Amino acid sequence: MNGPHDLGGQMGFGPVAPEKDEPYFHAAWERRALGVTLCASAMGAWTIDESRHARESLHPADYYSSSYYQIWIKALETLLKRHGFVSERDLKAGEAIDAAATPKRVLKAENVPAVLAKGGPCDRPVATAPRFKAGDAVQTKNFNPSGHTRLPRYARDKRGTIEAVHDGFVFPDTNAHGQGENPQWVYTVVFDGTEIWGEGADPTLTVSIDAWESYLEPA
Amino acid sequence: MSHDHDHDNELDPFAARVRALETILSRKGLIDPAAIDAIVDTYETKIGPRNGARVVAKAWSDPAYADWLKRDATAAIESLSYTGRQGEHMQAVFNTEETHNLVVCTLCSCYPWSVLGLPPVWYKAPPYRSRAVIDPRGVLEEFGLTLPTTKKIRVWDSTAELRYLVVPMRPDGTDGWSEERLADLVSRDAMIGTALAQEPQQTGEPA
Repeated sequence: MNGPHDLGGQMGFGPVAPEKDEPYFHAAWERRALGVTLCASAMGAWTIDESRHARESLHPADYYSSSYYQIWIKALETLLKRHGFVSERDLKAGEAIDAAATPKRVLKAENVPAVLAKGGPCDRPVATAPRFKAGDAVQTKNFNPSGHTRLPRYARDKRGTIEAVHDGFVFPDTNAHGQGENPQWVYTVVFDGTEIWGEGADPTLTVSIDAWESYLEPA
Repeated sequence: MSHDHDHDNELDPFAARVRALETILSRKGLIDPAAIDAIVDTYETKIGPRNGARVVAKAWSDPAYADWLKRDATAAIESLSYTGRQGEHMQAVFNTEETHNLVVCTLCSCYPWSVLGLPPVWYKAPPYRSRAVIDPRGVLEEFGLTLPTTKKIRVWDSTAELRYLVVPMRPDGTDGWSEERLADLVSRDAMIGTALAQEPQQTGEPA
Protein backbone atom coordinates (compact mmCIF):
# COMPACT_ATOMS: atom_id res chain seq x y z
CA MET A 1 0.00 0.00 0.00
CA ASN A 2 1.04 3.59 -0.49
CA GLY A 3 1.35 4.08 3.24
CA PRO A 4 3.42 6.41 5.40
CA HIS A 5 6.07 3.69 5.74
CA ASP A 6 7.05 3.84 2.05
CA LEU A 7 9.69 6.49 2.56
CA GLY A 8 12.25 6.05 -0.24
CA GLY A 9 12.88 9.39 -1.94
CA GLN A 10 10.49 11.44 0.22
CA MET A 11 11.81 14.83 1.23
CA GLY A 12 11.46 17.13 4.18
CA PHE A 13 12.39 14.91 7.11
CA GLY A 14 15.58 16.82 7.81
CA PRO A 15 19.07 15.54 8.56
CA VAL A 16 19.94 12.13 9.92
CA ALA A 17 20.85 12.51 13.57
CA PRO A 18 23.32 9.80 14.57
CA GLU A 19 23.67 9.58 18.33
CA LYS A 20 27.14 8.92 19.67
CA ASP A 21 27.29 5.80 21.86
CA GLU A 22 23.59 5.28 21.43
CA PRO A 23 22.01 2.90 23.96
CA TYR A 24 19.86 0.04 22.69
CA PHE A 25 16.88 1.46 24.56
CA HIS A 26 16.05 5.06 25.36
CA ALA A 27 13.46 4.26 28.05
CA ALA A 28 12.66 1.25 30.19
CA TRP A 29 9.32 0.79 28.45
CA GLU A 30 11.08 0.24 25.11
CA ARG A 31 12.60 -2.96 26.51
CA ARG A 32 9.16 -4.22 27.44
CA ALA A 33 7.77 -3.12 24.05
CA LEU A 34 10.36 -5.20 22.23
CA GLY A 35 9.77 -8.21 24.46
CA VAL A 36 5.98 -8.03 24.46
CA THR A 37 5.95 -7.76 20.68
CA LEU A 38 8.23 -10.75 20.19
CA CYS A 39 6.37 -12.84 22.78
CA ALA A 40 3.02 -11.98 21.21
CA SER A 41 4.24 -12.87 17.73
CA ALA A 42 5.54 -16.18 19.13
CA MET A 43 1.88 -17.13 19.79
CA GLY A 44 1.81 -17.92 16.09
CA ALA A 45 -1.43 -16.12 15.24
CA TRP A 46 0.05 -13.77 12.65
CA THR A 47 3.02 -13.56 10.32
CA ILE A 48 5.75 -10.96 10.07
CA ASP A 49 4.02 -9.76 6.90
CA GLU A 50 0.74 -9.19 8.70
CA SER A 51 2.54 -7.31 11.47
CA ARG A 52 4.37 -5.11 8.94
CA HIS A 53 1.03 -4.35 7.32
CA ALA A 54 -0.48 -3.42 10.68
CA ARG A 55 2.34 -0.90 11.21
CA GLU A 56 2.10 0.63 7.75
CA SER A 57 -1.68 0.91 8.15
CA LEU A 58 -1.39 3.49 10.90
CA HIS A 59 -2.72 6.91 9.92
CA PRO A 60 0.18 8.87 8.40
CA ALA A 61 -0.04 11.58 11.04
CA ASP A 62 0.11 8.91 13.74
CA TYR A 63 2.98 7.03 12.04
CA TYR A 64 5.17 10.08 11.57
CA SER A 65 4.63 11.38 15.09
CA SER A 66 5.31 8.04 16.75
CA SER A 67 8.66 6.69 17.79
CA TYR A 68 9.65 3.30 16.45
CA TYR A 69 8.52 1.23 19.42
CA GLN A 70 5.35 3.29 19.68
CA ILE A 71 4.56 2.18 16.12
CA TRP A 72 5.22 -1.41 17.17
CA ILE A 73 2.89 -1.23 20.16
CA LYS A 74 0.06 0.52 18.31
CA ALA A 75 0.21 -2.13 15.58
CA LEU A 76 0.46 -4.89 18.17
CA GLU A 77 -2.77 -3.74 19.82
CA THR A 78 -4.46 -3.95 16.42
CA LEU A 79 -3.18 -7.48 15.86
CA LEU A 80 -4.14 -8.65 19.34
CA LYS A 81 -7.67 -7.31 18.88
CA ARG A 82 -7.99 -8.74 15.38
CA HIS A 83 -7.04 -12.21 16.59
CA GLY A 84 -9.18 -12.16 19.71
CA PHE A 85 -6.47 -11.98 22.38
CA VAL A 86 -7.46 -8.62 23.82
CA SER A 87 -10.61 -6.54 23.53
CA GLU A 88 -11.16 -2.84 23.33
CA ARG A 89 -12.60 -3.13 26.84
CA ASP A 90 -9.39 -4.73 28.12
CA LEU A 91 -7.29 -1.95 26.62
CA LYS A 92 -9.56 0.83 27.89
CA ALA A 93 -9.57 -0.58 31.39
CA GLY A 94 -5.91 -1.63 31.35
CA GLU A 95 -7.04 -4.95 32.79
CA ALA A 96 -7.79 -8.46 31.61
CA ILE A 97 -11.60 -8.47 31.43
CA ASP A 98 -12.63 -10.53 28.42
CA ALA A 99 -11.66 -14.11 27.67
CA ALA A 100 -8.91 -14.59 25.11
CA ALA A 101 -8.56 -16.82 22.08
CA THR A 102 -6.33 -19.84 22.62
CA PRO A 103 -2.79 -19.26 21.35
CA LYS A 104 -0.92 -21.96 19.45
CA ARG A 105 1.88 -21.64 21.98
CA VAL A 106 3.19 -19.42 24.75
CA LEU A 107 6.87 -18.56 24.71
CA LYS A 108 8.47 -19.48 28.04
CA ALA A 109 11.69 -17.94 29.28
CA GLU A 110 13.62 -21.19 29.07
CA ASN A 111 12.78 -21.48 25.36
CA VAL A 112 13.82 -17.95 24.40
CA PRO A 113 17.43 -18.74 23.40
CA ALA A 114 16.36 -21.59 21.12
CA VAL A 115 13.49 -19.65 19.55
CA LEU A 116 15.63 -16.58 18.83
CA ALA A 117 18.46 -18.72 17.47
CA LYS A 118 16.07 -20.56 15.16
CA GLY A 119 14.45 -17.40 13.82
CA GLY A 120 11.78 -17.72 11.15
CA PRO A 121 13.28 -18.75 7.82
CA CYS A 122 10.88 -17.92 5.01
CA ASP A 123 12.56 -19.52 2.03
CA ARG A 124 10.28 -22.07 0.40
CA PRO A 125 10.54 -24.36 -2.60
CA VAL A 126 8.97 -23.08 -5.82
CA ALA A 127 7.68 -25.64 -8.30
CA THR A 128 8.44 -23.66 -11.43
CA ALA A 129 11.84 -22.61 -12.81
CA PRO A 130 12.87 -18.98 -12.34
CA ARG A 131 11.50 -16.78 -15.13
CA PHE A 132 14.60 -14.55 -15.16
CA LYS A 133 18.36 -15.02 -14.94
CA ALA A 134 21.24 -12.76 -14.00
CA GLY A 135 21.79 -10.11 -16.66
CA ASP A 136 18.19 -9.99 -17.87
CA ALA A 137 16.64 -6.57 -18.39
CA VAL A 138 13.37 -6.23 -16.52
CA GLN A 139 10.64 -3.70 -15.98
CA THR A 140 8.97 -3.40 -12.61
CA LYS A 141 5.21 -3.27 -12.67
CA ASN A 142 3.22 -0.17 -12.06
CA PHE A 143 0.63 -0.99 -9.46
CA ASN A 144 -0.77 0.68 -6.39
CA PRO A 145 -2.49 -2.00 -4.35
CA SER A 146 -4.43 -1.02 -1.26
CA GLY A 147 -3.00 -4.08 0.52
CA HIS A 148 0.54 -4.94 1.54
CA THR A 149 3.36 -4.98 -0.99
CA ARG A 150 7.14 -4.92 -0.80
CA LEU A 151 7.68 -3.12 -4.10
CA PRO A 152 8.50 0.44 -3.00
CA ARG A 153 6.78 3.27 -4.87
CA TYR A 154 10.05 4.70 -6.13
CA ALA A 155 10.90 1.41 -7.83
CA ARG A 156 7.61 0.91 -9.69
CA ASP A 157 7.48 1.14 -13.47
CA LYS A 158 11.28 1.28 -13.69
CA ARG A 159 13.73 -0.50 -15.90
CA GLY A 160 16.46 -2.47 -14.17
CA THR A 161 18.71 -5.49 -14.46
CA ILE A 162 18.58 -8.82 -12.69
CA GLU A 163 21.77 -9.20 -10.71
CA ALA A 164 21.03 -12.34 -8.74
CA VAL A 165 18.41 -15.05 -8.47
CA HIS A 166 17.76 -16.02 -4.87
CA ASP A 167 15.60 -18.75 -3.38
CA GLY A 168 11.86 -18.92 -3.40
CA PHE A 169 10.38 -16.86 -0.59
CA VAL A 170 6.97 -16.46 0.99
CA PHE A 171 5.04 -13.81 -0.94
CA PRO A 172 4.22 -10.98 1.48
CA ASP A 173 1.48 -9.44 -0.65
CA THR A 174 -0.79 -12.43 0.01
CA ASN A 175 0.71 -13.71 3.24
CA ALA A 176 0.02 -10.41 5.02
CA HIS A 177 -3.68 -10.90 4.41
CA GLY A 178 -4.10 -14.56 5.34
CA GLN A 179 -4.18 -15.57 1.68
CA GLY A 180 -1.35 -18.07 1.86
CA GLU A 181 2.41 -18.12 1.46
CA ASN A 182 2.39 -18.55 -2.35
CA PRO A 183 6.19 -18.59 -2.55
CA GLN A 184 7.86 -16.99 -5.56
CA TRP A 185 11.41 -16.54 -6.79
CA VAL A 186 13.12 -13.44 -5.45
CA TYR A 187 15.64 -11.48 -7.49
CA THR A 188 18.07 -8.68 -6.78
CA VAL A 189 17.19 -6.00 -9.33
CA VAL A 190 19.59 -3.09 -9.86
CA PHE A 191 18.54 0.32 -11.16
CA ASP A 192 20.62 3.26 -12.23
CA GLY A 193 20.02 6.27 -10.02
CA THR A 194 19.12 8.25 -13.13
CA GLU A 195 16.37 5.74 -14.06
CA ILE A 196 14.73 6.23 -10.69
CA TRP A 197 15.40 9.87 -9.88
CA GLY A 198 15.80 11.35 -13.34
CA GLU A 199 17.27 14.75 -13.95
CA GLY A 200 19.88 15.76 -11.42
CA ALA A 201 20.38 12.25 -10.05
CA ASP A 202 23.81 11.23 -8.78
CA PRO A 203 25.43 9.65 -11.87
CA THR A 204 27.48 7.26 -9.71
CA LEU A 205 24.43 5.89 -7.89
CA THR A 206 22.86 2.48 -8.33
CA VAL A 207 20.05 1.21 -6.12
CA SER A 208 18.90 -2.37 -5.77
CA ILE A 209 15.79 -3.94 -4.36
CA ASP A 210 14.89 -7.57 -3.79
CA ALA A 211 11.84 -8.21 -5.91
CA TRP A 212 9.39 -11.09 -6.03
CA GLU A 213 8.90 -12.52 -9.50
CA SER A 214 5.37 -11.23 -9.95
CA TYR A 215 6.64 -7.65 -9.56
CA LEU A 216 8.63 -8.02 -12.78
CA GLU A 217 8.11 -8.17 -16.53
CA PRO A 218 10.73 -8.69 -19.24
CA ALA A 219 11.96 -5.31 -20.49
CA MET B 1 9.48 -12.25 38.94
CA SER B 2 9.96 -8.67 40.04
CA HIS B 3 8.79 -5.80 37.89
CA ASP B 4 10.58 -2.95 39.54
CA HIS B 5 12.20 -2.02 36.22
CA ASP B 6 9.03 -0.14 35.23
CA HIS B 7 8.84 2.05 38.29
CA ASP B 8 10.78 4.94 36.82
CA ASN B 9 8.14 5.40 34.12
CA GLU B 10 4.96 5.82 36.16
CA LEU B 11 4.27 9.28 34.73
CA ASP B 12 4.91 8.55 31.07
CA PRO B 13 1.59 7.79 29.33
CA PHE B 14 3.13 5.53 26.74
CA ALA B 15 5.07 3.60 29.35
CA ALA B 16 1.78 3.10 31.17
CA ARG B 17 0.18 1.86 27.96
CA VAL B 18 2.90 -0.73 27.37
CA ARG B 19 2.79 -1.80 30.98
CA ALA B 20 -0.99 -2.24 30.82
CA LEU B 21 -0.66 -4.34 27.69
CA GLU B 22 1.98 -6.53 29.30
CA THR B 23 -0.21 -6.93 32.37
CA ILE B 24 -3.29 -7.88 30.34
CA LEU B 25 -1.40 -10.44 28.29
CA SER B 26 0.37 -12.01 31.25
CA ARG B 27 -2.84 -12.19 33.34
CA LYS B 28 -4.44 -14.03 30.44
CA GLY B 29 -1.51 -16.42 30.35
CA LEU B 30 -0.56 -15.38 26.81
CA ILE B 31 2.93 -14.14 27.59
CA ASP B 32 5.53 -14.96 30.21
CA PRO B 33 7.10 -11.78 31.62
CA ALA B 34 10.28 -13.75 32.30
CA ALA B 35 10.49 -14.47 28.57
CA ILE B 36 10.50 -10.71 27.97
CA ASP B 37 13.39 -10.38 30.40
CA ALA B 38 15.24 -13.13 28.54
CA ILE B 39 14.65 -11.48 25.15
CA VAL B 40 15.82 -8.09 26.38
CA ASP B 41 18.88 -9.60 28.01
CA THR B 42 19.75 -11.39 24.78
CA TYR B 43 19.72 -8.23 22.68
CA GLU B 44 21.12 -5.93 25.31
CA THR B 45 24.06 -8.07 26.43
CA LYS B 46 24.60 -11.06 24.13
CA ILE B 47 23.96 -10.21 20.47
CA GLY B 48 25.51 -7.08 19.02
CA PRO B 49 27.82 -5.65 16.38
CA ARG B 50 30.83 -7.62 17.66
CA ASN B 51 29.40 -10.68 15.90
CA GLY B 52 29.54 -8.87 12.58
CA ALA B 53 32.96 -7.43 13.31
CA ARG B 54 34.32 -10.93 13.83
CA VAL B 55 32.81 -12.02 10.51
CA VAL B 56 34.52 -9.11 8.75
CA ALA B 57 37.85 -9.73 10.49
CA LYS B 58 37.77 -13.36 9.49
CA ALA B 59 36.98 -12.43 5.90
CA TRP B 60 39.94 -10.02 5.90
CA SER B 61 42.24 -12.71 7.28
CA ASP B 62 41.14 -15.78 5.38
CA PRO B 63 40.56 -15.58 1.60
CA ALA B 64 38.73 -18.91 1.55
CA TYR B 65 36.33 -17.64 4.20
CA ALA B 66 35.88 -14.37 2.30
CA ASP B 67 35.01 -16.34 -0.81
CA TRP B 68 32.51 -18.47 1.12
CA LEU B 69 31.01 -15.32 2.65
CA LYS B 70 30.60 -13.87 -0.83
CA ARG B 71 28.92 -17.01 -2.19
CA ASP B 72 26.83 -18.09 0.79
CA ALA B 73 26.87 -15.61 3.63
CA THR B 74 24.15 -17.44 5.56
CA ALA B 75 26.26 -20.59 5.84
CA ALA B 76 29.57 -18.78 6.33
CA ILE B 77 28.13 -16.70 9.17
CA GLU B 78 26.33 -19.69 10.67
CA SER B 79 29.71 -21.46 10.89
CA LEU B 80 30.62 -18.87 13.53
CA SER B 81 27.34 -19.62 15.35
CA TYR B 82 25.76 -16.25 14.56
CA THR B 83 22.32 -17.40 13.58
CA GLY B 84 18.76 -16.52 14.27
CA ARG B 85 15.98 -14.03 14.08
CA GLN B 86 16.48 -11.37 11.39
CA GLY B 87 19.58 -13.15 10.17
CA GLU B 88 17.96 -16.17 8.57
CA HIS B 89 19.03 -15.17 5.06
CA MET B 90 22.25 -13.19 4.83
CA GLN B 91 24.13 -11.52 2.01
CA ALA B 92 27.56 -9.95 2.44
CA VAL B 93 28.45 -7.05 0.15
CA PHE B 94 32.09 -6.08 -0.23
CA ASN B 95 33.37 -2.54 -0.59
CA THR B 96 36.01 -2.09 -3.28
CA GLU B 97 38.23 0.71 -4.58
CA GLU B 98 35.49 1.46 -7.10
CA THR B 99 32.28 0.99 -5.13
CA HIS B 100 30.96 1.82 -1.67
CA ASN B 101 27.95 -0.08 -0.37
CA LEU B 102 25.20 1.34 1.81
CA VAL B 103 22.27 -0.55 3.33
CA VAL B 104 18.81 0.81 4.12
CA CYS B 105 15.28 -0.45 4.59
CA THR B 106 13.02 2.20 3.11
CA LEU B 107 9.83 0.29 3.98
CA CYS B 108 10.45 -0.52 7.63
CA SER B 109 13.59 -1.41 9.55
CA CYS B 110 14.96 -4.68 8.16
CA TYR B 111 18.37 -5.22 9.70
CA PRO B 112 20.60 -8.21 10.45
CA TRP B 113 19.90 -8.58 14.15
CA SER B 114 21.94 -11.76 14.51
CA VAL B 115 25.18 -10.10 13.41
CA LEU B 116 24.66 -6.42 14.30
CA GLY B 117 22.15 -6.58 17.16
CA LEU B 118 19.19 -4.22 17.31
CA PRO B 119 19.30 -1.31 14.87
CA PRO B 120 20.04 2.22 16.05
CA VAL B 121 17.20 4.73 16.10
CA TRP B 122 18.51 6.67 13.09
CA TYR B 123 18.39 3.54 10.94
CA LYS B 124 14.67 3.15 11.68
CA ALA B 125 13.74 6.82 11.41
CA PRO B 126 12.34 8.69 8.36
CA PRO B 127 15.37 10.93 7.60
CA TYR B 128 17.67 7.99 6.86
CA ARG B 129 15.06 5.75 5.26
CA SER B 130 13.87 8.50 2.93
CA ARG B 131 17.23 9.90 1.84
CA ALA B 132 19.60 6.94 1.71
CA VAL B 133 18.24 5.92 -1.70
CA ILE B 134 18.08 9.38 -3.28
CA ASP B 135 20.93 11.29 -1.65
CA PRO B 136 23.35 8.77 -0.17
CA ARG B 137 26.32 11.16 -0.43
CA GLY B 138 24.44 13.78 1.56
CA VAL B 139 23.54 11.16 4.17
CA LEU B 140 27.15 9.99 4.42
CA GLU B 141 28.31 13.58 4.89
CA GLU B 142 26.08 13.74 7.95
CA PHE B 143 28.01 10.78 9.33
CA GLY B 144 31.24 12.64 8.63
CA LEU B 145 32.11 10.48 5.64
CA THR B 146 32.99 12.28 2.42
CA LEU B 147 33.59 9.93 -0.47
CA PRO B 148 35.53 10.91 -3.58
CA THR B 149 33.15 11.99 -6.35
CA THR B 150 34.54 9.20 -8.52
CA LYS B 151 33.58 6.48 -6.07
CA LYS B 152 30.41 4.70 -7.12
CA ILE B 153 27.68 4.23 -4.55
CA ARG B 154 25.53 1.15 -4.42
CA VAL B 155 22.52 1.30 -2.15
CA TRP B 156 20.88 -1.96 -1.08
CA ASP B 157 17.24 -1.53 -0.09
CA SER B 158 16.20 -4.49 2.11
CA THR B 159 12.78 -5.10 0.62
CA ALA B 160 12.69 -8.88 1.10
CA GLU B 161 13.98 -11.17 3.85
CA LEU B 162 17.63 -10.93 2.82
CA ARG B 163 19.70 -9.08 5.40
CA TYR B 164 22.87 -7.32 4.36
CA LEU B 165 26.29 -7.04 5.93
CA VAL B 166 28.73 -4.57 4.39
CA VAL B 167 32.31 -5.80 4.44
CA PRO B 168 34.44 -2.65 4.53
CA MET B 169 37.88 -2.52 2.94
CA ARG B 170 40.74 -3.65 5.15
CA PRO B 171 42.82 -0.67 6.22
CA ASP B 172 46.45 -0.46 5.19
CA GLY B 173 49.06 -1.05 7.86
CA THR B 174 47.31 -4.05 9.37
CA ASP B 175 49.43 -6.83 7.92
CA GLY B 176 49.90 -9.65 10.36
CA TRP B 177 47.21 -8.46 12.73
CA SER B 178 45.19 -11.08 14.57
CA GLU B 179 41.48 -11.39 13.82
CA GLU B 180 40.77 -10.08 17.28
CA ARG B 181 42.74 -6.87 16.67
CA LEU B 182 41.23 -6.45 13.23
CA ALA B 183 37.71 -6.78 14.60
CA ASP B 184 38.36 -3.73 16.77
CA LEU B 185 38.64 -1.65 13.59
CA VAL B 186 35.14 -2.61 12.44
CA SER B 187 32.31 -0.48 13.77
CA ARG B 188 28.62 -1.17 13.44
CA ASP B 189 28.29 1.79 11.10
CA ALA B 190 31.03 0.42 8.83
CA MET B 191 28.94 -2.72 8.43
CA ILE B 192 25.87 -0.67 7.45
CA GLY B 193 27.98 1.46 5.13
CA THR B 194 27.73 4.80 6.91
CA ALA B 195 31.40 4.60 7.93
CA LEU B 196 34.65 3.04 6.82
CA ALA B 197 36.82 0.70 8.86
CA GLN B 198 38.98 2.60 11.30
CA GLU B 199 42.59 3.23 10.41
CA PRO B 200 45.09 1.48 12.71
CA GLN B 201 46.24 4.74 14.29
CA GLN B 202 42.63 5.57 15.29
CA THR B 203 42.54 2.70 17.77
CA GLY B 204 45.42 4.04 19.79
CA GLU B 205 47.41 0.86 19.26
CA PRO B 206 50.75 0.68 17.49
CA ALA B 207 50.20 -0.28 13.86
